[in-house]
Amino acid sequence: MYATHYHRASSVQDALSLKSAAEDSRYLSGGMTLIATMKQRLAAPTDLVDLRHVEAMKGVTVAGRTVRIGAGTTHYDVASSAALAGVCPAICALASHIGDPHVRHMGTIGGSIANNDPAADYPSALLALDAVIVTDRREIGAADFFTGLFETALVEDEIVTAVTFEAPEKAGYAKFPNPASRYAMTGVFVTKGAGGVRVAVTGAGSDGVFRHAGLEQALSARWSPDAVAGVAVDPSNLMADLHASADYRANLVKVMTKRAVAAA
Amino acid sequence: MAKVKMTVNGRQVGSECDDRTLLVHFLRENLGLTGTHVGCDTSQCGTCVVHMDGRSVKSCSILAAQAAGSDIVTIEGLASGGELHPVQAAFKANHGLQCGFCTPGMVMTSVDMIRRHGAALDEATVRAELEGNICRCTGYHNIVQSVLAAAAEMGGAKEAAE
Ligand SMILES: Cc1cc2nc3c(=O)[nH]c(=O)nc-3n(C[C@H](O)[C@H](O)[C@H](O)COP(=O)(O)OP(=O)(O)OC[C@H]3O[C@@H](n4cnc5c(N)ncnc54)[C@H](O)[C@@H]3O)c2cc1C
Ligand code: FES
Ligand code: FES
Repeated sequence: MYATHYHRASSVQDALSLKSAAEDSRYLSGGMTLIATMKQRLAAPTDLVDLRHVEAMKGVTVAGRTVRIGAGTTHYDVASSAALAGVCPAICALASHIGDPHVRHMGTIGGSIANNDPAADYPSALLALDAVIVTDRREIGAADFFTGLFETALVEDEIVTAVTFEAPEKAGYAKFPNPASRYAMTGVFVTKGAGGVRVAVTGAGSDGVFRHAGLEQALSARWSPDAVAGVAVDPSNLMADLHASADYRANLVKVMTKRAVAAA
Repeated sequence: MAKVKMTVNGRQVGSECDDRTLLVHFLRENLGLTGTHVGCDTSQCGTCVVHMDGRSVKSCSILAAQAAGSDIVTIEGLASGGELHPVQAAFKANHGLQCGFCTPGMVMTSVDMIRRHGAALDEATVRAELEGNICRCTGYHNIVQSVLAAAAEMGGAKEAAE
């Protein structure tokens, strides 16, 4: 790892001023992506601003069906929140399958979505839940937040502070994990609620997380795993790499959708 | 260079290190606690697992500076007064190790797992919870048996704490 300077922020305001004081600084949450990347010398920020001790960014609150998850909440704390499991167990199940126990003890939802890895789990949930990403300065709908591979709507020093959503009537997630990394080779999050049916796919799109209109129509007509049997998934916009071809991923999108509906 | 202070195995420690120093190197090189190992550079093998504020973490993917002020327990902190911790004893009794390289991480992971699941641990859960720990020798079978034996032995521990 190249040399860096560590700073610990005590509040969101403190983090913003620490960040602006250094030329090439990055926010640090769980470090499960950033420290790993710095060890490989694929990132070399001169300064790190640690958000892990900002209390206001931690914890899950559920009021009625309105959910708020602080950006600094770890995957473990999302997975084990009883209040959240009461209204939206699918997101707890998703968090409980990210990486391994040690990664879940450090990694955070804010870090995960700010990173927007095309194979990360949370982006599919937030898109399907029509979640709102709250930052230090504004609120961004999930559809506008995830803009491409490792790309988001965040500007340079913007901090994700929380995500909020209304728990839908039904929600389910299924992923086909890469057997080595556990990231999603394809993961599908489905929801059914007042706003209709939403199907969001991660790990497969060549431009990152996306919704699938054909699957949504089929499931709106009939909410059942076999309703998707006749839907065509076009492989031309899907990723192809050493793990799986685009055709294989196209099939996985359907299979994971069926499993997600069955789990919902 | 900055002086980093934390509690390690119940003892207050402080040592000068670069901000980029990883917790695992701080433990091994600054404190001489070489029981915590480094087995990869991709955050995937789990030989470096220690407990930070009561939770298992990969000390190769955390800066010592991030851990400043926290309470760390390493493999050296488990046995008390020459008496092996029940998880260590179970690994010994069940032949849960061969070369022993992965063992510190496996034991720290198992202690954390038993803390969270208690006697309710079953084989499938143990296997799933060992996702982040790689062993090149045993084929995992005896490791799983060791964890189950320790969980049964420590059975009441979780309920008693609640
Ligand atoms: C072995 C291993 C397996 C994994 N498996 C999976 C998996 O199966 N599925 C999955 O989805 N992920 C997986 N991950 C990634 C993991 O979920 C990370 O925790 C996550 O991607 C990043 O979260 P973090 O809190 O660690 O962020 P960090 O690594 O600290 O930061 C990541 C990026 O986000 C920025 N950032 C952090 N917090 C904020 C914030 N609040 N506001 C703005 N920017 C911010 C940082 O500057 C950095 O660029 C795995 C990681 C490892 C090491
Ligand atoms: S050394 Fe391999 S995960 Fe830490
Ligand atoms: S006993 Fe040799 S690596 Fe596990």
